[in-house]
Amino acid sequence: MELTLRETWAVIHGLVLGTLYLLAFAGALAGLWSLRPGLVTAAGIKERMTRLYLGFAVMAATAWLTVISGTWVVYPWYREKIAGADFAKCAGLDLPSASCSPRDFLLSNVSGETERWHEFGMEWKEHVAWAAPFLATSAFLLVLYYGPRLTARTWLRTTVIVMLVGGFAAAVVGGAFGAFINKVAPIS
Amino acid sequence: MTTTSTQHHDEDIAPELAELHLEDRPDGPGAAMMISAGLGIFVLGFLTVLAEASAGAKTWLQKWEWGQGVGALAGKTTLASLAYVVALIVLWVIWRAKDVNLKMAFCVGLALGILGAIGTYPTFFQKFAS
Repeated sequence: MELTLRETWAVIHGLVLGTLYLLAFAGALAGLWSLRPGLVTAAGIKERMTRLYLGFAVMAATAWLTVISGTWVVYPWYREKIAGADFAKCAGLDLPSASCSPRDFLLSNVSGETERWHEFGMEWKEHVAWAAPFLATSAFLLVLYYGPRLTARTWLRTTVIVMLVGGFAAAVVGGAFGAFINKVAPIS
Repeated sequence: MTTTSTQHHDEDIAPELAELHLEDRPDGPGAAMMISAGLGIFVLGFLTVLAEASAGAKTWLQKWEWGQGVGALAGKTTLASLAYVVALIVLWVIWRAKDVNLKMAFCVGLALGILGAIGTYPTFFQKFAS
């Protein structure tokens, strides 16, 4: 049982940070949803705010770490152009290799109709996932700035939830396509 | 029973907050957070379309990779992040003590965000391929 350096980074990028983000999102959403008048006491609000600050901070931090590690560490390995213009070095392969990067492998169509995984899936994922840290950070700052005041401000609380869910949706696109693409053309 | 005052357009009565003795906070910084997130996404989408439409722009965006092999994505994401952070800081400083229309700010941020998200959708930006 062992992982290569590239596989380890792919796991950190997709699985470790992704799981943390998911956990933080669930906690943040549940906490914010029920932060409304009549449901919690003053002591309850104070106790809940600490968890909310922590949950939103973890979400924002993991969103940044995920996109930065994905773009600057994992993506260059994915997109290496090493198989030649006609992807000749991918011929006969079932999986990417040292002479055929995952991108080369998908575009070569040597293992079925795989081109769209790159042309649509990867192209969408690599861009839209960057919306997640912007939205998560602003949502975190809104919660930090207004704090318990959000209890009385239904509209503002709802907008924070919209931003939270918007960031999560962007992360889901990134995470889902990342998982599918790594299944078809793993980084190793 | 003590109640909090309702100084903002969306503020409800929340008796439990009275015990916390919270001072009011202006909505300017909140508006800055909303608009800056939308602006960051908009810049990301705009640069994605621009890189597809212009070979020169794509080459320039690739220079932001600093030899790491990231390609034009480096420039798109770095500039979008800078736009987000700079807009956040500038708007926050300008509006730090002001009450601005939060609903308007949210609508502006949402519109920018939607436009940006459309710009990152492959079926859309690939139509601009040069």
